[in-house]
Amino acid sequence: MSQKKLAIIATKGTLDMAYPPFILASTAAALDYEVQIFFTFYGLTLLRKDLSGVKISPLANPAMPMPVPMPVLVSALPGMESMATMMMKQKIKSKGVASIEDLRAACIESGVKFIGCEMTVDLFDFKREDFIDGIEYGGASTFFEFAGNTDICLFV
Amino acid sequence: MDFNKELDARGLNCPLPILKTKKALGELASGQVLKVVSTDAGSVKDMEAFAKQTGNELLGSEPQGKEYVFFLKKK
Repeated sequence: MSQKKLAIIATKGTLDMAYPPFILASTAAALDYEVQIFFTFYGLTLLRKDLSGVKISPLANPAMPMPVPMPVLVSALPGMESMATMMMKQKIKSKGVASIEDLRAACIESGVKFIGCEMTVDLFDFKREDFIDGIEYGGASTFFEFAGNTDICLFV
Repeated sequence: MDFNKELDARGLNCPLPILKTKKALGELASGQVLKVVSTDAGSVKDMEAFAKQTGNELLGSEPQGKEYVFFLKKK
């Protein structure tokens, strides 16, 4: 059996949406898949050395379970985003769910290849030194070179 | 059942039991048996799928109270 391949495009940079690409990539790698993740737009922020800026907002997210019902205008108050992020991280820890840092490290350790979108770096004036080492930078063609031969291709 | 190594995955949630199982199997020689103890109910189906996909044989899977015990033979 030839090795299966998985390609993921990660476009979002919030705490909740950081999970799907890293969970699927690390698990696929454990299942002996060859995996690449293409990080573009806000997804690229998931490759920063410092992930403390990765947050979750209760705003525009009516499905987010809250300990108490919270009117939208209250969610918009200063500090609510940090509070929601802190509560979510506590929940994650108490339930034995891995941190984003741990899952990302598991991906790297198991050979998942990270591609950073060059255009996004230029667009947002990101600095390469803010990102972790070992990333290959490229564009859409770089992604398709691998994605064209995969068994599974996901857009997150 | 006899085993060569035990992995304590209690309290860990998806996908950590699988990731740690993969890592622990990497430290075993072909034919050796890994015992995994998990509290994640989802790991029952996940461990079957892991065994099927990777070719490491699942020798046994048994619930013990609120824990799930697996025996995997490294291919």
